[in-house]
Amino acid sequence: MVLLANSLTTPAIGTIFWTTLIFGLFFLILAKFAWKPILSAVKARDEMIKGSLESAEKARKDMLKLQSDNEAILRKAREEREGILKEARDIRDKLILEAKGKATEEAEKLIEKARIGIEGEKRKALAEIREQVTTLSVEIASKIVGEKLRQTGEQDKLIDNYLKEIDFTKN
Amino acid sequence: MKTKDLISLVFILLLTGMTISALGSEPQEETKNKENGESEEAFDASTFIMEHIADSHEWHLFTRKNGESVAVYLPVILYSKEKGLDVFSSKKLAHGHTFNGYKLEEEGELKGTIVSVNAEGKIDEENIPLDFSITKAVVGLFSAAIIGLLLFLSLARSYKKTGISHPKGIQSFLEPVILFVRDDIAISNIGKDKYEKYMPYLLTVFFFILINNLMGLVPFPPPFGANVTGNIAVTFVLAVFTFLITQLSGNKNYWRHVFATPGVPFWLLPVMIPVEIIGIFSKPFALMIRLFANITAGHIIVLSLVCLIFIFKSLGVAPVSILFVIFMDCLELLVAFLQAYVFTLLSALFISLAVQDHH
Repeated sequence: MVLLANSLTTPAIGTIFWTTLIFGLFFLILAKFAWKPILSAVKARDEMIKGSLESAEKARKDMLKLQSDNEAILRKAREEREGILKEARDIRDKLILEAKGKATEEAEKLIEKARIGIEGEKRKALAEIREQVTTLSVEIASKIVGEKLRQTGEQDKLIDNYLKEIDFTKN
Repeated sequence: MKTKDLISLVFILLLTGMTISALGSEPQEETKNKENGESEEAFDASTFIMEHIADSHEWHLFTRKNGESVAVYLPVILYSKEKGLDVFSSKKLAHGHTFNGYKLEEEGELKGTIVSVNAEGKIDEENIPLDFSITKAVVGLFSAAIIGLLLFLSLARSYKKTGISHPKGIQSFLEPVILFVRDDIAISNIGKDKYEKYMPYLLTVFFFILINNLMGLVPFPPPFGANVTGNIAVTFVLAVFTFLITQLSGNKNYWRHVFATPGVPFWLLPVMIPVEIIGIFSKPFALMIRLFANITAGHIIVLSLVCLIFIFKSLGVAPVSILFVIFMDCLELLVAFLQAYVFTLLSALFISLAVQDHH
């Protein structure tokens, strides 16, 4: 025979008392010394994981942004290079063209100058030739004439003729 | 690996323990029958079962072949107005003995109650002493509390050591359960803003019930095998805790819902208010009965299956019985977790009804 304590469906005052005491103490001790540190540790870990995930995501986004930035910068640099090259090419072409133009002009100018010079020289030469020819012909003529005159004595007559022709009265 | 080993160990203990208790009970009944010279008398299964599931002042271990029972006699603590406080071993009350004017009633309405006996040997029904004895259930409770404290204080210590790194050892076993209570019981019912205040209670009640349920499943040796969560006084106290926490955290909305239910015409209030007040009490009452009935029923089924062997008086029934007992124990293992979960879940639900802002 077992020493039964109370019937099954009647709560016994003693058991109520002991359960309240034991459960109450169990609750208080665990709440203070177990649940508090455990829950805070779990929470801290959760928060750390959440924070790490967030920062990783942020880093990923930053990297993507950086990458796209880099790409943009690269593209811009490439464009700029193209631009600079094109500009340089343009400048070069322009310079060449300009130089070409200038050179032609200069050459033309030189040619013109030369031509003018040549023309001048020609004219001068011609004038000189003409002068020489005149002098020569005068000399030749005078020589011829002098010779004739001397031979014939016609010089005196000619001088006389000339002198006669000259009207002194006019002066 | 370690947890697996632990679970299998618990299983083995469960099975061997069950067999031991079954074997231990057999001679008791038989010798009793022989002593009484009524060997033809049928084995009284209901007495056998009641003796196992009801609370008692001794922890019966086994009965020797000569009918002498081997038990741990637990201290009896009595208080009565005339005699004051009395502490003595329950052995003094064994076999219907009277000690210091006290007697354990074995029959009738007061069966199982320690009563005062007056000089003529008559029971004094007016002055039944208050019984604060350390009964089997109290020893079970106390042991469960010790196990729980050791478990969770060491867990807390290990958290202090590991800090915020990943869970190790015992943590990896208990943390999912704690997180389950937090996420699927507390947060999903009470809400993210208010759950934290109630976490210690919900965790405590969950593990308290769970440890007691599991300890109740292991039939041997003491302090295992006491029907603690199948003791109505224990479930009563737990339900009262939930009741008090619910009422004390009830906000304006909660009380308005009770005394001026929104959407109910005023002439219906005389009906509605009593209904709501009954509702306040019936909720924890249901908690109390649910846990008590589930655990007690499980114990009764397992014990009944064991009793089959003695009812049929045949060893041939034993394999069938044992097979069914194994099956029932697996089921009870599930029920142990399930009832801890249900009690905690409903507590959280009642608290959430009391603290929620609007309907």
